[in-house]
Parts: sequence; C-alpha cells; structure tokens
Amino acid sequence: MLNPDSVGSTFAGTDSITVSQSEIDAFCAVVGETDTTIAPPTFTIRITLTQFEEILTRPEIGLDWSRLVHGDQKFEIFSAVKAGDALTCAATIESYRVAAGNEIVSVRSDLHRDGQLVVSAWSTLVVRA
Amino acid sequence: MIEVGTVLEEKVFYLDRALLKQYADASGDQNPIHQNEEFALSVGLPNVIAHGMLTMALVGKYVSDFAGGSSNVLEYSARFTKPVIVPNGEKVDLTVSATVAEVADGKISLTLSATSAGVKVLGMAKAVVKK
Repeated sequence: MLNPDSVGSTFAGTDSITVSQSEIDAFCAVVGETDTTIAPPTFTIRITLTQFEEILTRPEIGLDWSRLVHGDQKFEIFSAVKAGDALTCAATIESYRVAAGNEIVSVRSDLHRDGQLVVSAWSTLVVRA
Repeated sequence: MIEVGTVLEEKVFYLDRALLKQYADASGDQNPIHQNEEFALSVGLPNVIAHGMLTMALVGKYVSDFAGGSSNVLEYSARFTKPVIVPNGEKVDLTVSATVAEVADGKISLTLSATSAGVKVLGMAKAVVKK
C-alpha cells in the first residue's frame, strides 16, 4: 500500500537525464515518424515512467509496481525535446484513493531543462487488488 | 477549411508482436504482458496486449501529422479503456480518426477516436495543437 503521508509531496528523481539521438530515433521508428530532429509527443514517458517506478517503490512510499496498470496519461508540452537535452525530473503524488481494493494514484512529473519547464506529464496508475 | 465539427481523415496503423517488442525496447517498458503469451494468460489477460502507451504513441503520430510536426503538439491526453489484443502471427488494426472540437487563440483542439477490431481502446482522448 502507498504511504498516504506521501500524497502532496514532490520527490526529485535522478539528477539529470540526457536525451540521446538514438533514443529519439528508436521511438520515431516505432510510430513511423520521419522527422527525428525532435522527440515525438509521448517520448518523455520513457523518462517519467522509469522515474515514477524508482520513486514510488521506495520503501517509505511503498507502491507495489508488479500489479500496476496504466489508467490514463496526459502531456503538456511547453518546448519540444531534442537530442542533447539534459532533463531533470521531479514527481509529485497528486492524489491517492482506494476503490474496490484497487489503489489509484495520480502522479505528475515535471521535466525541466536549464531550470525551464519543458513537459508536464500526468499519469494515473492503478495497482490491481 | 478547419472549423468546429470538421472530421479528419481516418488512418489505420497495424500492430504485431514485433512492433510490441520494438516499442518495449524504445520505451524501456519490458513488462512481459506485452511480449509473453503464457505470462499474459497467467495474469488473466485474453492474450498479449499492446502497451497503452504504444497505442497513445501511434495516435500521437496521427496528431503530429495533422499538426504539421511534433513541435506543434501542445497537449495530448487519453484514458486506457480497453487493451489492444495482439495474437501471435497476426496484425491487428488501430483505426484512428478525429473531430475538431474547438478553434481559438491560435490553437485547435481535437477529439480523438481510436479503435481496434471495432472496440474503442482510448477514452476521453484529446489533443491541442498550434494552428
């Protein structure tokens, strides 16, 4: 179970993640995108989901990642992500509830480049009963 | 002419197990429910299912194409209502269309539709792009 005291808190992720051209190329190839100069709109899930896993499964937070289902996803993109971008990630646990034994947690991730907000991404994650 | 109510041309993407593996590698999401049939069945799924985010990535390509490039996509959201089921050796469809919901302030809002085998797989799917 998620520690309810963590709701409303913001957690810093890994210091900085540098986006490589090969990562963008691989993501573009899946969807058939020929313009590889910028990342496709959902590319940053590659960063945020990994960060969520690292943060939410910390012993003091306690989410069970093994029974996780993705409920919904939203992106707000303020600036396109490109190769060479060094992004910092902070995750905020915005809400948490239990319904029919399922844990439903909403997390927001803010990715910054040089102190400027690049992408905000919201994920609703459901831990099945 | 793009105005409220304009229906955009439908596009069909095809998914197979190879694409799921390719997306797993590109996204870093190696959950076995997207690759291993035995495992998927063992956790009560009907078969291997596509990553919800793969579905969203493909619909995102549809949005980028309409917007004239990914750099014009400002907002994009969806709810994962039903899985896209990908049996071994088959190519399954992801059929995408959109309706213009709003045109204002240099922005166009789209209501997106995504189905596979006739079943709606994304709910509340929306995008906002630069006009």
